[in-house]
Amino acid sequence: MATLIKNKRIAPDSWQLLKPAAEGGLPDVPVTGDWLVPLAIWSEQRTQLSQRSGRNGVWLENTEDPRLLALDFDKLALIAVRFPKFTDGRGYSIARLLRRLGWKGELRAVGDVLRDQLFYMTRCGFDAFALREDQDAQAALTAFSDFSAPYQPAIDDGVRLGTVRAESKTAINTLSPW
Amino acid sequence: MYRYDDIDQHIVAERVAQFRDQTRRFLAGQLLEDDFKPLRLQNGLYVQKHAPMLRVAVPYGMLSSAQVRMFAHIARKYDRGYGHFSTRQNIQFNWPKLAEVPDILADLAKVEMHAIQTSGNCIRNITTDHLAGVSPDEIVNPLVWTEVLRQWSTFHPEFAFLPRKFKIAVSGATEDRAAIQLHDIGLQAARNTQGEVGFKVYVGGGMGRTPVIGKVIREFLPWQHVLTYLEAVLRVYNRYGRRDNLYKARIKILVKERTMAVYRDEVDAEWASLVDGPGTLTRDVVDGIAARFTSPAYRALPKDDSELKTYLDADGAFARWHGRNVHAHKVPGYAAVTLSLKRPGVPPGDVTDVQLEAIAELVDRYSFGELRVTHEQNVVLPDVEQRELHALWREAKALGLATPNIGLITNIIACPGGDFCSLANAVSIPVALAIDERFQNLDYVHDIGELDLNISGCMNSCGHHHIGHIGILGVDKNGEEWYQISIGGAQGNNASLGKVIGPSFARADVPDVVEKLIEHYLEHRDSPEERFIDVVQRIGIEPFKRHVYGDSDKKQAHRARQLATT
Repeated sequence: MATLIKNKRIAPDSWQLLKPAAEGGLPDVPVTGDWLVPLAIWSEQRTQLSQRSGRNGVWLENTEDPRLLALDFDKLALIAVRFPKFTDGRGYSIARLLRRLGWKGELRAVGDVLRDQLFYMTRCGFDAFALREDQDAQAALTAFSDFSAPYQPAIDDGVRLGTVRAESKTAINTLSPW
Repeated sequence: MYRYDDIDQHIVAERVAQFRDQTRRFLAGQLLEDDFKPLRLQNGLYVQKHAPMLRVAVPYGMLSSAQVRMFAHIARKYDRGYGHFSTRQNIQFNWPKLAEVPDILADLAKVEMHAIQTSGNCIRNITTDHLAGVSPDEIVNPLVWTEVLRQWSTFHPEFAFLPRKFKIAVSGATEDRAAIQLHDIGLQAARNTQGEVGFKVYVGGGMGRTPVIGKVIREFLPWQHVLTYLEAVLRVYNRYGRRDNLYKARIKILVKERTMAVYRDEVDAEWASLVDGPGTLTRDVVDGIAARFTSPAYRALPKDDSELKTYLDADGAFARWHGRNVHAHKVPGYAAVTLSLKRPGVPPGDVTDVQLEAIAELVDRYSFGELRVTHEQNVVLPDVEQRELHALWREAKALGLATPNIGLITNIIACPGGDFCSLANAVSIPVALAIDERFQNLDYVHDIGELDLNISGCMNSCGHHHIGHIGILGVDKNGEEWYQISIGGAQGNNASLGKVIGPSFARADVPDVVEKLIEHYLEHRDSPEERFIDVVQRIGIEPFKRHVYGDSDKKQAHRARQLATT
């Protein structure tokens, strides 16, 4: 099973991922336990699922619209975004949009999640990572400190371009951009 | 020239450490080939025919003499004594060893350089006018703005895995010398009626398999909003750009499939959530970045140097060079000079370690230690005193860097082609050399006048053949190299795409075809002022076609010959 990194530490994982049944039908969600379900199941069975004793989470394909969850944030304990391939970068934008929509809870990257992308994922708003099975989770923890000072504003820190460095900027000369 | 502060320096040092670790894991078998590939590409490292190729970023084409000397050092120590200036103002080394690349990056970091995002499906090195900051036709100096964009796009966490590569170019002058309409995003700096700076934004231009001239998505974007607006443009592209087909993945296809009107609405809707947010630029931030630029300590000089005039009158060869390779400067008494890297027998853009050292020397003595790389694969000394032009010319000539051919047919622009590149269908360099050899009579070359000749070894069009007045494209026909020829392409404000004149040619026939096109032009121009491209636009490609392929018999013979070899 994939190791979970949460808030930059290896963490136990109580969640189970529900996948659509092979014939395309919607499988039943067990009454107990923490289940991450596809958006289609959530949309279909929102009311019943909210009455379960276990917690609910939804995982999104990177082609799905995160706005469809915006009214359900208070019913969810986890949102996950699936990376079918780590080179498919749509999930980064989905994460930023979810944070902008006001999702404050755990935002988990699942699928082809590798050590070398954790830094960027964190900056886009992910705080949990279900690593691909072959990944060395302990070694992956170092990825969060790959870079110490980013250039551009993102989700994690709200820096503005240049302000983080205002102190260190001693003028050499000036070329007018105006 | 932008000078790093501690944070810039720290970031490149961290990048070296990161890539060293990635390379170590790859070589130790801990990082799979497929997982490593996008990482090395985002560090400019390709696996080529003979060895890896390392593409080093030259942000907006600006270099200091110290950086040029470092290139010479890298060429000597890690390569075979030369480098290659690309059509995107970068430099490429063709023979490094993978295990040594982290050391090369560490050497580059010592002179405030790196190879970040010079390849891969991310925002690539930002390019601009090679005469930025010095040209008299400039409305806004684009250099600080390109640095703002460089910082914003460097390690942008959201846009590192776009559907495809993403190129941004900026122009601040009346004449576009940065081909902004052929980039994913083109920014034309402008002023509104109050004199405030802003940008006209083009989107969806590009070359490659489906060449498209970019369209205006926004007429005037005030400078404060440039980053949030680009973020909206990129976010919509990142979410909806095609990922099912490599050849349809550029933003130009998204814009085309959705139509500009629909795409613009989507961008505006996204931008509404970003405008005036944390990505908004402030005067302090821009001024802070501007303050890290050195600017040359120009002397107060008369507008026209009298000594220069004497030399121009007395020395015809110097005057000819001055006419082609020297450009007007906005500061009185100064000029910008192109050192041509194109000369007989040398692949376009190639430069040896010895030449690099010599160029660095010239740059220190004649141009405040600063140099520019052009997208035409030459180098520019941007700030030369007019009175020193003659002395500079003599030195450059001795070094083989004074071919008086800027804007002329022998200033051939070519990608490395099949000799080096594993993507190429056909060789480029031998074709360039063969054409160059055909046009060795300088009087004839000058008589032909302005002509851009571009060669690409494949549809990726790194040699920008679509915008050559004459464009040559290598194509593969059943394993053989053939060349498709187009005419009528143009860069600049009136950018246009060349049209193919007909069936392709064998390599050996290419110089003849070029010569025929030239013959036809010379016969039909109404004056020496009417350029090749003007004649093509006036009379169309048909007459050129007929002249090249002859009457229908000959055309059939050509076809038959073609068939016989396929």
